[in-house]
Amino acid sequence: MEWRDQGIVLGGRSHGENAIILDVLTQTHGRHLGLVRGGASPKRAALVQPGAQLSLIWRARLEDHLGSFTIDPLRTRGAQVFTSKLSLSGLNAACALLAFALPEREPQPQIFDHTERLFDLLGQDDVWPLAYMRWEMHLLQALGFGLDLRACAVCGGANDLSYISPKSGRAVSRAGAGEWADRLLPLPPVMLGQGDGDDKAVTDALGVTGYFLHEKLAPALAQGPIPEARARFLDVVSVRAAHGPD
Amino acid sequence: MTAPSPIEHLIALMARLPGLGPRSARRAVLHIVRKRAALLAPLAEALQAVAQTARECLNCGNIDTADICPICASAARANGQICVVEDVADLWAMERTGAFKGRYHVLGGTLSALGGIGPEDLKIPRLKDRLQTEQVGEIILALPATVDGQTTAHFIADEMGADITISTLAQGVPIGGELDYLDEGTIGAALAARRAF
Repeated sequence: MEWRDQGIVLGGRSHGENAIILDVLTQTHGRHLGLVRGGASPKRAALVQPGAQLSLIWRARLEDHLGSFTIDPLRTRGAQVFTSKLSLSGLNAACALLAFALPEREPQPQIFDHTERLFDLLGQDDVWPLAYMRWEMHLLQALGFGLDLRACAVCGGANDLSYISPKSGRAVSRAGAGEWADRLLPLPPVMLGQGDGDDKAVTDALGVTGYFLHEKLAPALAQGPIPEARARFLDVVSVRAAHGPD
Repeated sequence: MTAPSPIEHLIALMARLPGLGPRSARRAVLHIVRKRAALLAPLAEALQAVAQTARECLNCGNIDTADICPICASAARANGQICVVEDVADLWAMERTGAFKGRYHVLGGTLSALGGIGPEDLKIPRLKDRLQTEQVGEIILALPATVDGQTTAHFIADEMGADITISTLAQGVPIGGELDYLDEGTIGAALAARRAF
């Protein structure tokens, strides 16, 4: 068995003295693991950092074997993130969430594209939280927990959408909510593409996506709680919203 | 099934050491058995002594034979600087340079989003305690130039408070490094950290 693809490194764990088992999100083969011989050596460690984009050749005797990767760097993103707490915590959150949520070997080309675009923005701290929020919405969509914010679930209109149903993930207008408003989640305008997308708005929106990650996705996957890295990223954005950039 | 001979047992144990496999362990054991007087007996005594006395320094996490390692015990090293490293091997590497005259703190790992290693798994509370008891003015973060290492560095910087100077090791072109062979991340970091010549 052999295929060629490109992938974004989500993480890796050491295997023996010099090898690592690499966890990558590939363009056409979904999330895939494979052994990288010499991947733990100082010369290659930079290539297998989370967020790095690699050209991959995967080989195995049988399809269900772990197999091994031959890697070649396409893009390393270390320099963009090391000096930025926001980018680092965001990168960690996105990688941890992908590794948590995506099943292995199930093609997710759209998630790959969205993730590649998100990671290409690393280092641009002014727009990154907003881009991350949109990426989380895409992730929920791809995993079957998409938010339908096109029209009110009660009235059908597209005006004055102010809430989200925690059950269906559909938008609800102020008029449609009526006396049920206190049981619904507030819909931050930034999720509708409105407003300037500042950190406060993004923090509110991440609260909404976080609700669906914690209450819908995590129970469905039955793999424990959402990775702590997401909460740390949210803390960084919240602090920035309260005190401004570093 | 018969029990392995002591020599086979020794080979099996040696083969588990870093850098050794079954073949090289066999060669090493054969060598020390042949040099019984010069190597085998002293090696056995040294291993026995280390097994009985090696322990983690209660202050910094270094490995030595006393509860408080010589670096922490030395008043001359109390210069108000603490160098934070990931593990003991990093501490020993720093010491080999002879360039750092302060004390160390071994974290015992780095934060890892995928590995599930959180702040509670590292010796960060002990580091915070030391800031008070040792009148620390500067913390030098000598953590790996990896995503996990730098995430940990930012986390520690946040935890330490504003009245402490936080610095990190420089990142860039290594001695003997040629630009052609460096990844673009390293070159970018070196360019960003350039200085007047």
